Amino acid sequence: MHRFANPTQFMRIANAIYPWVAGLAVILFVVGLPIALVTSPPDYQQGQTVRIMYIHVSSAWLMMMIYGIVAGGSAAFLIWRHPMANLVAKASAPMGAIFTGLALITGMLWGQPMWGTFWVWDARLTSTLILFFLYLGYIALNDAFEDSERGDRAAAILALVGSVNLPIIHFSVEWWNTLHQPSIMKLSGDGVKSSVDGAILLPLFLMMGAFTMYYLAVLVLRLRSELLAAKIRNARMSQVAVDAAVGQPAE
Amino acid sequence: MSVFTSILARDLRLAIRQSADSLTVVAFFAIATVLFPFGVGPEANVLARIAGGVVWVTALLAALLSLDRLFTVDFEDGTLDQLVLSGEPLSFIVLGKVVAHWLTTGVPLIIMSPILAVTLHLPAEGYLPLMLALLLGTPTVSLVGAVGAALVLGTRRGGVLLSLLVLPLYIPVLIFGTAAVEAALTGVSATPMLSVLGGFAVLALTLCPWATAAALRQAVE
Repeated sequence: MHRFANPTQFMRIANAIYPWVAGLAVILFVVGLPIALVTSPPDYQQGQTVRIMYIHVSSAWLMMMIYGIVAGGSAAFLIWRHPMANLVAKASAPMGAIFTGLALITGMLWGQPMWGTFWVWDARLTSTLILFFLYLGYIALNDAFEDSERGDRAAAILALVGSVNLPIIHFSVEWWNTLHQPSIMKLSGDGVKSSVDGAILLPLFLMMGAFTMYYLAVLVLRLRSELLAAKIRNARMSQVAVDAAVGQPAE
Repeated sequence: MSVFTSILARDLRLAIRQSADSLTVVAFFAIATVLFPFGVGPEANVLARIAGGVVWVTALLAALLSLDRLFTVDFEDGTLDQLVLSGEPLSFIVLGKVVAHWLTTGVPLIIMSPILAVTLHLPAEGYLPLMLALLLGTPTVSLVGAVGAALVLGTRRGGVLLSLLVLPLYIPVLIFGTAAVEAALTGVSATPMLSVLGGFAVLALTLCPWATAAALRQAVE
């Protein structure tokens, strides 16, 4: 594991897997999207709107997986000062926020035809919304400092505090929801579950795989650009130092 | 342990000498609550329905405002560096400061809450659960808030950022705090909700001072 603390080592592997994950993402999207959006059968209850699920569930899957990666990377960074773990967490967080946003938006668009309203204070919607705010807090804290290293460590602590709180928030919201809202939501929530058969499962898995590969590919790109940005920063700094030493104004 | 009591005594003395700070928080609590009748109308039954939740939400916001000064002054004048370097367990120092914060903001909010609940026509059986819920919930608010306050030390827009970090983490406390009042109003026992709030407080007591200490350490490094 400590071998990968070296950016060069780490990026050698990341660059090696990049063509594979990027290629797989393209293939899975090319195969999965037509099946999911055109050829798969409409649901007997929900009709064509069930197709929103392929985007919605895939986004929801990624939003949870990425929070796990952010929390795990933050823990590795705080415990072992593992710089690449932090970089992975930092590069993943905005994507996690975007997929959480996508899950919320597609959920709302799905909710309108199914439940007759864009938003209900359903337990899952509410905890997703809170997760979205946790992501925003992590991102905001990360770039709130002049000294980027402080931002890294503060955000890492926040990610861990958030991951301890997530289950508490989730169960509180679930409990609160059952107190306030009887079972309207459960019906369609389980409706999806019970009607899952192969014809729907296959495109769903294809789309989840496509989303995951897409995330990994973009993650490698983001890591690359983060490291390049750090290199440019260092080069600029040493250029300024050289200019100062020679006595020329740094232009 | 002696470091805990001396920090507690110091912060209390400071708070008493600058009592305007605590009073401002209570005043904010009052004015924010008083805005609600203007927002939703003066009908007694509407206000009675929302009274518990309104008092809880405004209490959370008032506590949030007061968190800003929990570590900032010590951070700016260098006291915090001395405390971190002192070699005493930092989590006890944090605990001392948090208890002082709770005594100077949480307790005034609890004392003020029934007065504000009267203006919102909270039915009589709701007062005791409301105060008990605040008594059990505000320590968690101070403890979790301390983590956030330590994390934003030295940022450019600390206050706004703090609310983004801390408010999502307050949601469980808010849920069970208002549920306790609601339960009492519908004639159900409020004890389960209060027990959960107590559980949150114990959990926060064990984890938050530690997380706050870690956050402070990286802030002064």
